[in-house]
Amino acid sequence: MTLLLIDWNYFSVSTSTVASGFDESALVARAQAGDMAAFSELVQHYDRRVFRMAKQITQNDDDAEDVLQETFLKAYTHLGDFHGNSKFYTWLVRIAVNEALMKLRKRRSDRTVPLDEPIDTGEDEVVREIAVWDQNPEDSYSREELAELLDQAIQSLKPAYRTVFILRDIEEMSIEETAAALGLSISAVKSRLLRARLQLREKLTRQFKRKGDDAFAYL
Amino acid sequence: MLTCKQFLQELNDYLDETLDPQTRAELQKHVNECPNCWVVCDTTQKTLKVFKGMDPKPIPDDIHTRLWDALERKMRDKGPASC
Repeated sequence: MTLLLIDWNYFSVSTSTVASGFDESALVARAQAGDMAAFSELVQHYDRRVFRMAKQITQNDDDAEDVLQETFLKAYTHLGDFHGNSKFYTWLVRIAVNEALMKLRKRRSDRTVPLDEPIDTGEDEVVREIAVWDQNPEDSYSREELAELLDQAIQSLKPAYRTVFILRDIEEMSIEETAAALGLSISAVKSRLLRARLQLREKLTRQFKRKGDDAFAYL
Repeated sequence: MLTCKQFLQELNDYLDETLDPQTRAELQKHVNECPNCWVVCDTTQKTLKVFKGMDPKPIPDDIHTRLWDALERKMRDKGPASC
């Protein structure tokens, strides 16, 4: 089993998020100085994203709620250990991922740890659906329908692929940050990410392909 | 001449634009000449765009309430966070 230990000072890129009046660095500084309202504002800004990520990884409402709570409670407790060497949200994601993976491992302790499963890196089966998509196919779905469809597509991935995809392509962490958060090598992250992207592409192509186009129409 | 398999192996870096100019040009040439790889590349790019465009749904009220209850308890017990 891979144990993930949080190195609170791992990240080296210093950035801050300033968008629509939200100044992450300033809020963190105020929270670290004891301003509870500033910490509450950070929670309000990020709680939805943390909950979505927790649910996508654990696939379970109860576990996702635990992860949500633990993430912000630990962030509050360890706020003094955050030195601004990364985005605060990246630091938060690392805590949340650690909590979510512990949930997954606990739930599956009688079986192989999912993130340590050997990964089949063959590419022979990942590109089957070759068809162009409708113009803006997502417009044919309501927001709820589209969210459901994307959730189902993510849920269908193996945890090892799913987690990498969530961190890299939804939370927009770098390859290096994703590798550090999951305790994986860069090459493992890259190969899992490719597999995840291609599998999701395939699933969405089944839904979004232009009507009348057969698979392999371009062969 | 690049094969489709080689193109696929580089697809991540191609989409993430992390390749050196020469390798990128080779992949660009392949994708311009190979309809299948063009479709795979285009639809993978669109797949990422669809996922990135989704805003997170609101947290259910009961879960939200319990989160804030837990945080308030922690803040009361621990006091202000400090360095």
